[in-house]
This record gives sequence, C-alpha cells and structure tokens, in this order.
Amino acid sequence: MASFCSDPSTLSGLSWLLCYLTTGKHVALYWSVGTVLLLLAITAPAALAFGFGGATAARSRFLPLQWLGRGYIAVVRGVPDIAFFLFFVIALDQFFEWARHKVKCPDWDQPIRQGSDFVVCPEAKLPLGNAAQWVHETYGFMLAVLTFAIVFGAFAANVLYGAMRAVPHPQLETAEAYGMSPRQTFWRILVPQMWVYALPGLSNLWMVLIKATPLLFLLGIEDIVYWARELGGAKTARFTDYPHGDWRVWYFLALLIFYLAFTRVSEIVLDRIMGRLTHGQATLAGDAQRKAV
Amino acid sequence: MSCWETIADYGLRSIGIGERLLPRDNFTLCQQVVLIGSGLIWNIYFGTLALISGFFLATAVALGKASRLKPVQKLSAWFIFVFRGSPLFIQFFFAYFLFLSLKSVSPIFDPFTAAWLGALIVLFLNTAAYSGEIFYGALQSVPRGDLEAADAYGFAGWTKFRRITWPTMLRLAWPAYTNEAIFLFHATTLVYFSGFPAWQQRGDALYYASYFADKTFNPFVPYPILAGYFILLTLIVIGLFGLVNRNLNRHLPQASRARMTFRPTLLR
Repeated sequence: MASFCSDPSTLSGLSWLLCYLTTGKHVALYWSVGTVLLLLAITAPAALAFGFGGATAARSRFLPLQWLGRGYIAVVRGVPDIAFFLFFVIALDQFFEWARHKVKCPDWDQPIRQGSDFVVCPEAKLPLGNAAQWVHETYGFMLAVLTFAIVFGAFAANVLYGAMRAVPHPQLETAEAYGMSPRQTFWRILVPQMWVYALPGLSNLWMVLIKATPLLFLLGIEDIVYWARELGGAKTARFTDYPHGDWRVWYFLALLIFYLAFTRVSEIVLDRIMGRLTHGQATLAGDAQRKAV
Repeated sequence: MSCWETIADYGLRSIGIGERLLPRDNFTLCQQVVLIGSGLIWNIYFGTLALISGFFLATAVALGKASRLKPVQKLSAWFIFVFRGSPLFIQFFFAYFLFLSLKSVSPIFDPFTAAWLGALIVLFLNTAAYSGEIFYGALQSVPRGDLEAADAYGFAGWTKFRRITWPTMLRLAWPAYTNEAIFLFHATTLVYFSGFPAWQQRGDALYYASYFADKTFNPFVPYPILAGYFILLTLIVIGLFGLVNRNLNRHLPQASRARMTFRPTLLR
C-alpha cells in the first residue's frame, strides 16, 4: 500500500481507486484467485486419477468391480453436480470422523447419531477442537478438493472409458497375437494410444472444471465469490475508510471478465496441444494439417 | 400425522399453497420426499420455459453466426462466447446484482429481482447460447447435396429454410441438444444458491434437500431422494426427446436412422 493512502478521506479520483484496490481485504481477494488456481492444479490430476480408476473398473472382467465403475460413471449423468458437491462435503467429513471414532474410541457406548446431532468422541474430531484456524481452513479446502476430484473423476472416467473403446481393436488383437498378457496389452498398447482419443473430451472437461470453481463458495471456502460479495456490499463511513454504495454488480462483472479471459487462454493453449498431437495422425484433422503445408 | 396429510400440506408448498411453516424437527421420510418433490416444480418450471424460449433464440443465434453479414456474425459469436465462456453461477450473481441496482432506477425492474423472472432470463440466455452453438455446428454440416436438391426443386429463400435446411439442422443437432436439455434441468438447481432469494422459503428441490441436510446434519437421506427425482426427470427428458428424434428421422430408411444415444456425453 502506497504511503499516500494513510488518509483516504483526502483522496479522490484515480489515487482513491488505487488505494481502495490495495486495502488488506482486496489483497485477500487477490490471494483467493490463487486459491482457485491451486484448486485447479490439485483437482485436475486427482480427477484424472479417479477417472482412470473408474474407467479401468468399468471395463474390468470382475463383475462387482465392473458394476462399481459403471455405477460411478452412470450416477453423475442423471444428477446435478451441485447436489454432489453439497452431499460429499458433509458425507466425507462425517465418514472421516466416524472412521477415526471407530479407531480411537472403541469403548464409546453412545450412538453417533443422536437426533439431529452427529456426535463423535473429542479425540476423533476433525480437525481437533483446539486446532489453529489455518488447520480448519486447510481441512475445509482438502474436503473441497476431494469432492471436486470425486465428481470430476466420474466425468473423466466417462471420457477415458470412451477413449479406451476408441482404440482400434486390431491393435489389441495384434498384441495378443504377439503373446502379451492382458495386463501387458493394457499398459503397453491401450493406455499409450488412448490419450489422442481422450484429449478432446479432457479439454472440454478442463473448461467445465474452470467454470465449476466458483462453486467452492458453496462449500464454505473463502473464494473469489465470497470476497466479491463481501467487498462489493454497501459500506458506510462508520466501518471503513472507503465508503461506497452497492458495488457488487461491478465486482461480479470483474469476475465474469476474469473467467472469460481464463477460458479464452485455455482454449488457445488446448488448441495448440491438440494441433501438436494430431500432427502426423491418420485422422481427418491430421490430413488437413498435411494438406495445409 | 399420516403421509396423505403431509402430501396435502406440503405437496404444493414450493408455490405457496398449503402449510406455511416448514417442519422443524422429527422429520419423517415422507416429509422429505414430499417437500423435495414439491420443490421439483420450480426446476421443471425453469427448465421447460427456458428450453422452449431458448430454442427460438438459439435458432436465431445459429443463423446469425453463420450469416455473411459481419456485424451480425460478430454479435452472435460474442453472445455465444460470453455465455459459454463464463460460469453460470457467476452469471446468476451478476444478473441478480444488476437487476438489484436497476431496481433503484425504475420500479419496472422489481419483478426481475425475483427468481421466477430474473433467473429465468439468465437460464434462457444461457441455454440459447449453448444450443445456438450446437445448432450452428449442425447447420455447418447440413449435406450440400440436400441443398442442391432443394435448389433443383425450385425451393428458395424462406421456403427452402423452412422445409429443408431447418429440419435437417434439427435432425443433426438433436442428440447434442438432448444432452443440453438434461444439463439445463440440472443447472436449474443453482438458482436459489446464487443470490436470488427463496421468498417465504419457496425454493426448488435442492433448496429443500439442503434445508433438510442442514437441519438433520444427515446428508444420506435428502440427497439420495433428490438424486432419485432427478434421475427420473432425466429419463423423462430423454424419453420425450427420443420421441421427437423419431419424428425428425421418420423419412429416413430404417438402417441409416441416427440412433438416439441413450448415453449422452456428460459435458456441455
């Protein structure tokens, strides 16, 4: 914060705006953009891992595993994702506490669900009652990440499942003819080849993931939506040095532009990657590239 | 209190008919099923109206994007980009606060801050953008032979569009459009979590489901009920769209009919 910001009431115009946009709370808003990016950075690989597991399970020859995989993929198709977000955050929290309760307090004799309360022994609480504020926040964030990974893992599983089936079957038959075991065929032939088929779906998924990040707000994280509501609301001179009317519409306009820019940049980058990958492939797009040269 | 009484009390609670107070404790399974089901009325209301109204704008936007007039084309492309490139959640917030500040300018905007109109407008524009892109893609892939045949038969202008281009476009776009419709119904659950207030606790299905989950601190009952309702709704949408699909493809020989995909892609 610049030194001339010490007495905001004397400021006007651009310098007022500059000082206003560098207050502590605004800095928190800028950091929360980092939270969103961090969420994306952790969730994307995690969801891919869940998706890979789901897709592998869905094409397993062991029936219960196959049902599990297919069920996982199928359920998200019919139900709004936001319902999953709201569900998993509570359900995961209760599951963790219940599991810790079973381990840590084996001789606890009261029921866990007492009417409308969920009671576990104090040692099993997550995070512990005396934990610092940042532990609570990190725990909340980890729950959110896990929730995102589970929900988007199902989306990714669908994409990867399709990609695995798109790999030309003769490839697999050839592998078999060469005497590869099913495991070898899977890892050496199927998995390396499926990515080209999966990429359009996965890049679509990335876009959807970006557009789902504001839902963090519903999971109780102090993300950009939280701060935009907080900072944009009307402020009187009593509570702040920078009184202003209801500016929430401007804050959300800024968020809208932020997301549009983010999507646009992703689009350009993904197009480039796709161009790289189709180079030399025996597909329509690959042929078009060859003709263009 | 029997389940029939609960249905009488809460069956239409979401539109303000019946018991005013929501149950506060000792929730029965019946209460949860009935109230969440009553909330579903709003999801169907938003989804159906936005879909029907959005359909026409989507056709216009698709034609606009394919138009040779530069300004029209740019405008349509931007419209699609803005609504497809930003989160629906942020669009709801933005629209709500926009209507809120317009309200102080003129009382005409009063109803816009209520969900039944304000959120409907956002959903209408949003689905128009998504379907517009789908229709645009289909329009680009209308077989040239069809259009040449139309020319040969003397079709031109509006008649050609009405009789040849438009039905073919719809036929090609229909599977993807079905998917969009499913997602639109899912998107309606965001309405009451994004600024638009649920006046007198008249909310949608998710609103009531999260009400129960908050009160009982037990997510394992209300959310599966909600999931059941939505799976049912999704199946109905697929069924209805499948009927239309059959109608659109009725002139084609049996073998070349585009089979309706009952495994819609998950992403919009």
